[in-house]
Amino acid sequence: MMRFSTLMKHPADWVTGKNAKNEVVITSRIRLARNLSDLPFPGWSKKSERVAAMERILPVAKSLSSMKNGFIHELSDLEALQKQVLVERHLISREQAARGKGSAAVIDRGQKLSLMINEEDHLRMQAIRPGLKLKEAYTALNRVDEQLEKELKFAYDQKLGYLTACPTNLGTGMRASVMLHLPALVLTEQIGQVLQAVNKIGFAVRGLFGEGTESLGYLFQISNQSTLGESETAIISRLERVISQIESHETNARLKMLEDEPNELSDKVGRAFGTLGYATIFDSKEAFAHISILRMGAAMGYFPEGTMQICDSMMMDIQPAHLQLHADAELEAEERDLIRAEILRSRLQSLTAPAISLSTNEPAGDIDVTGDLNLENE
Amino acid sequence: MKCDFCDSTATVFYTQAVGDGMVKKNFCDACAEDHGLTDGDAYPMLEKIMDEIPEHVELLMEDDAQQCDQCGFTLEDYRKVGRLGCSHCYQTFAEEISRGLEKMHTGTRHEGKVPEGIVQDIVREQELETLKNQLAQAIEAEDFEKAATLRDQIKEIDA
Repeated sequence: MMRFSTLMKHPADWVTGKNAKNEVVITSRIRLARNLSDLPFPGWSKKSERVAAMERILPVAKSLSSMKNGFIHELSDLEALQKQVLVERHLISREQAARGKGSAAVIDRGQKLSLMINEEDHLRMQAIRPGLKLKEAYTALNRVDEQLEKELKFAYDQKLGYLTACPTNLGTGMRASVMLHLPALVLTEQIGQVLQAVNKIGFAVRGLFGEGTESLGYLFQISNQSTLGESETAIISRLERVISQIESHETNARLKMLEDEPNELSDKVGRAFGTLGYATIFDSKEAFAHISILRMGAAMGYFPEGTMQICDSMMMDIQPAHLQLHADAELEAEERDLIRAEILRSRLQSLTAPAISLSTNEPAGDIDVTGDLNLENE
Repeated sequence: MKCDFCDSTATVFYTQAVGDGMVKKNFCDACAEDHGLTDGDAYPMLEKIMDEIPEHVELLMEDDAQQCDQCGFTLEDYRKVGRLGCSHCYQTFAEEISRGLEKMHTGTRHEGKVPEGIVQDIVREQELETLKNQLAQAIEAEDFEKAATLRDQIKEIDA
């Protein structure tokens, strides 16, 4: 079985983003909610019933071929800090981290697949992929679901589909979500319009860590709200179409910035690089903002290949629990800000300075490469 | 919620405005009947319980006291937390839940994946139904040899 320290040493597959086109769509995630038909939902269970549910699901989860040598732990065996790290890696939810006895996490070695036992539902499983790969993630997760279904009887109703603790997840029990990096749409002040349009067609927009969290580092999560009345594939195709459109809006906004204001863009990337390389105090929010600009610069060719993946690792590693695990100590916010800056300075040492060539030409005029923002016609 | 007069589950709630205040009593079916609550003309009995003359009487029956017989979750709990106690609650509170579905979702009928096991279950149930009908017919016709065979088949599927 995989130890916590081993899990920590390796970044998730999606962070290294090998061969993935993930400049704008960082990750795609599919989550399925399932419950055992004959036990109360975890929130209404006695401890003994939660343990009973776990003892039935855990052996089946362990026996999955994809979980070979995986990370399998009861949450009561993990320290608060370790749980927090799993949350920061999006491997368990914040709700799950708050639970103890009778809850467990099962995570594969590549950190692409995770099963949460006794979260809000008896079972929440998730597949994560770099780039816009919702279909691929669903196919993989559906295979896991089918394997589990051979051994476990999930609560299902012919009319309402999979039964979940909260009726908002009824039916498919599926939440498809993508993490987007949209700095150019924010900088060109088009983001409000885009997010409004997304909301209007029934998709939810959230910050980095789901419901109620603010957007950090120009990162946004978009997911389906409705789970009933539409098939899994219909939901996924609809979301993928909308996301591709947002992706091209972001790409166009970047190109337009490059065309209209190349010097200002170089200045932004250069300043982010300089600040990250020399500042000595960084809170998460400021650090995220600068790394985010660097990441955009990397996607636009200011840095050698592989820099974008380094940015993604930096974003992961400067989060509070990761920092404290790195320092092997519980840290106050002020101490964290110092160590965060220290880590960033050392990471920046290994990066090449941005390739900046200043333009003295007049901007190329008023070519409109952003196009119309009309998601509703999709 | 328990009955104020015995240990059974309360199903009838009596609220009475007395002066500026309110008096509330909870009854199970049996105690409600004992106190004459289920009989609309019998309010005088209540005066004895409450020791007051009712100025305004409001009688709530059943609705709020709905409770899942599998897990004990109540309709009131659902209205409070927006979640359910167990999968059986979806039948117990079907009406209340279905009222909210339209706002939450694109549709009110599941269009997605049907688990393989469920398909088999449905097929099996239909098979059982047919066999049981045949068994009844065989017994009716006093064809006990056939009935025995059918009984064995049913046993096998049921196992």
